[in-house]
Amino acid sequence: MSVRRLDPVQPESFAFSAENMAWAKKTIGNYPVGKQASAVIALLWRAQEQNAGWLSKPAMEYVGQMLDMAFIRVYEVATFYTMFQLSPVGRKAHIQVCGTTPCMLRGAEDLKKVCQRKIHHDPHHVSADGNFSWEEAECLGACVNAPMVQIWKDTYEDLTPESFEKLLDDLVAGRSVKPGPQNGRQLSAPEGGPTSLNDKSLYNGNRTFKRVEAPPPPPAPPAAAAPVAAPVAVAAAPAPKAPAKKVVAKKTAPAKTPAKKKR
Amino acid sequence: MPTIKIDGVEIEIENGTTLLQACEQSGAEVPRFCFHERLSIAGNCRMCLVEVKGTPKPQASCAMSVNDLRPGPNGELPEVFTRTPQVKKAREGVMEFLLINHPLDCPICDQGGECDLQDQAMAYGKSYNRFVENKRAIEDKYLGPLVKTEMTRCIQCTRCVRFTTEVGGVEELGATGRGEDMEITTYLDKAMTSELQGNVIDLCPVGALTSAPYEFKARPWELRKTDTIDAMDAVGSNIRVDARGSEVMRILPRTHEDVNEEWISDKTRFVWDGLKSQRLDRPYIRELGKLRAASWSEAFARIVQRVKAAKPERMGVILGDLVGAEEAFSWKQLATSLGIKSIDCRQDGTPLGEQGGRAGYLFNSSIAGIEEADAIMLIGTNPRLEAPVLNARIRKRILKGGCIIGVIGEKADLTYKYHYMGTGAESLATLAEHAPAKAQKPMFIIGQGALARSDGAAILALAAKAAAAIGVVKENWNGFNILHTASGRVGALDVCALPGEGGKSTRGILAAAKKGDLDVLFLGGADEINTNEFATTFVVYVGTHGDAGAHRADVILPAAAYTEKSVTYVNTEGRAQMTTRAAFPPGEAREDWAILRALSEALGVTQAWNSLEELRQAMYAIAPQLAALDQLFPADAAALSELGRGEGKTSSAAFISPVKDFYMTNPIARASRTMAECSAVKNASKLQAAE
Repeated sequence: MSVRRLDPVQPESFAFSAENMAWAKKTIGNYPVGKQASAVIALLWRAQEQNAGWLSKPAMEYVGQMLDMAFIRVYEVATFYTMFQLSPVGRKAHIQVCGTTPCMLRGAEDLKKVCQRKIHHDPHHVSADGNFSWEEAECLGACVNAPMVQIWKDTYEDLTPESFEKLLDDLVAGRSVKPGPQNGRQLSAPEGGPTSLNDKSLYNGNRTFKRVEAPPPPPAPPAAAAPVAAPVAVAAAPAPKAPAKKVVAKKTAPAKTPAKKKR
Repeated sequence: MPTIKIDGVEIEIENGTTLLQACEQSGAEVPRFCFHERLSIAGNCRMCLVEVKGTPKPQASCAMSVNDLRPGPNGELPEVFTRTPQVKKAREGVMEFLLINHPLDCPICDQGGECDLQDQAMAYGKSYNRFVENKRAIEDKYLGPLVKTEMTRCIQCTRCVRFTTEVGGVEELGATGRGEDMEITTYLDKAMTSELQGNVIDLCPVGALTSAPYEFKARPWELRKTDTIDAMDAVGSNIRVDARGSEVMRILPRTHEDVNEEWISDKTRFVWDGLKSQRLDRPYIRELGKLRAASWSEAFARIVQRVKAAKPERMGVILGDLVGAEEAFSWKQLATSLGIKSIDCRQDGTPLGEQGGRAGYLFNSSIAGIEEADAIMLIGTNPRLEAPVLNARIRKRILKGGCIIGVIGEKADLTYKYHYMGTGAESLATLAEHAPAKAQKPMFIIGQGALARSDGAAILALAAKAAAAIGVVKENWNGFNILHTASGRVGALDVCALPGEGGKSTRGILAAAKKGDLDVLFLGGADEINTNEFATTFVVYVGTHGDAGAHRADVILPAAAYTEKSVTYVNTEGRAQMTTRAAFPPGEAREDWAILRALSEALGVTQAWNSLEELRQAMYAIAPQLAALDQLFPADAAALSELGRGEGKTSSAAFISPVKDFYMTNPIARASRTMAECSAVKNASKLQAAE
């Protein structure tokens, strides 16, 4: 996180495509009349998608005008949420490297070094060829598969500097890449295959299971127990606390209450 | 009305009160930064934490209502504690967090000595700091020529953001970024445009937003504080003038719930540098076409010579906007004793005061009455420029809901939405045939834009007819309101500083001067008239600043400005308020009443008083309501029907507010460098908007 400002180089104008416009109108319609400003995040997000992954000043003002909001209010929202990119991002990919503790412990720093070497020394800068940009993001919620990066809407997990570099190369070359764990593991299943429930005999139908019956309920206490217990508790009260407790504990449940109250 | 116990004391609290206010009512002090009675609740500074019995953690008392409290298991009263160790620890913790990033630059900070953070750190903080890391710094922002920023000092209470949005009505300030990178800024460093923006300086609990003109000028403890009344508009805002020696250093608002609440406009607040420049500090007389400094006796001798030579019918008196009631009374008395009938306190040519009694020129419903109105019609007025504080009151009323508002006149940005009904007299005429309004308390606010023109009397009659048709005057409700722009106008009308039988009004006097039918003209601080067209008239100017009147004058008598004398100003609703002297007038300048008393003696018609007190007694004899300071006397509404009987042809010209440039409406403001800068910024942004 750092201070977020608009990019010094801004395009002339912005307007929604016909398709996005129809979508925007529908989205605004989701909210009651007069509360159209509620659609601001959705519209900004769509504007960012249309605008090659970043939010320009004209785009913000366009959304502000559309929603009848003061520009400062749109600006507040756009600078608050780090999902809005305020400067241009890479053509092929904007890489969000998770740097929060689990990922950091599992080697996110090395991924950042790869970014610094292959893309740009500083985050939020587009690489010389214009293909990539990167930033460090807060926890992206895939700690089991740490370290990981997010590119557009996909996550690439279980990375090593080598596999990460290969991923970048594949993206440049236009080869298809597969989101998810990059070390061959299945989703968040244990690495190197399952570690439990892996006894084959579990699945061949040979094992029989014995039904375990629930234990019978304890017999109800005799009706006379309570009156008998009470004098005991009272009698025990002046004695030191520990024995009193013992006596009460041995007795049946109802006796407990007066004793506790006494304490 | 829930009853709660605060620090062991039972107290009954009104519904909807916050816990913080309840604690204050019970006498417990609760520190706060973000909470403000007149703004929405943010609850983000956490300084007001208190202990509520039954909750494990301290509660932010500003954001909790007394109705949220629950009784104990056996029906005991809810209990709140403000002095427990837990509360002390919580406050110390909050203070420590606030001071993590706040710079310790109090010795070079303008807020030093009157800083909430400083005071509260002394009272509730720890004496040491455990934080050794670097403090974060924030770039300063440009907010315009009035508000200086030092954003590293900001503690993000967002009072300024809430004020500009809610009271000011312009969404300009915002908080961008998040966490420790949160910054208060306008959209891309644009200057603020609100006429009430100076109030954010008072609201800011730290030194992040300070007064730019007052920057590094003085420390609060060296200033002499004088409670007085503002003269920049006809609202009569209550102000405190802080002076050092004979120099006014700054102007701050005082709270008056029925007038200005606790806001003042920027003109009121920042006009003080105009009190020091362009001042007339000694008498001048014109010789061979040039003004030269003279002594009082020389100046008087010159006036006496010309007055003796002139016939009373060929003399006139025009009084300016800043004239106090005592002065207007004294002028009227002097004119009468000289036989002058052409005296007018209405330099803009408004027809008010001629008919309809006192009700015909007052803001009858009172300013606080705006909050009761359920329909408001603005006629020929732009209250945002003419009386920004009153406009904030209208906005407050509209935000509360259940009030419709229409405008006849300019289609200006008033900071709220309104129904636009037309430009001028035709639209007003349609109202005159309107069926009675459904509203219970409808209100007309008629501005000088509709009245201060040659057909003003006809328009006033039309407005009175419309008012009668719609029913703005009822039993216990008089919604027929005139909004004045001149602080001295109502007072002058109260003492009848109007043309006598056969006398000329301002328009007549000016026409006579142009034709050469006027030998002597006295200007009592009148600068908003066209002085270039006077032919051979001998002009005596009694005033404070070298403005239009003084430029044309043949004799100049230097007078005292509103901070330098004690006079009565009657605001637009008829509330008489008295100013107090905060500083002495410069050089040989004297208070107006003393000048007139001396002049009357020189002219051989000595006035019957030797002191201001005696003058006041004479004045109270004809206008007793002025003796009761800060009180409202409802005017007789029946007299209004007299207004409606007036006939006349109205022109179709659009109503245009007389205030074209908010920052340049009177000689003091025109002499102020700060006001000139504001005006330039405003005009530049207007040009930009036009492009």
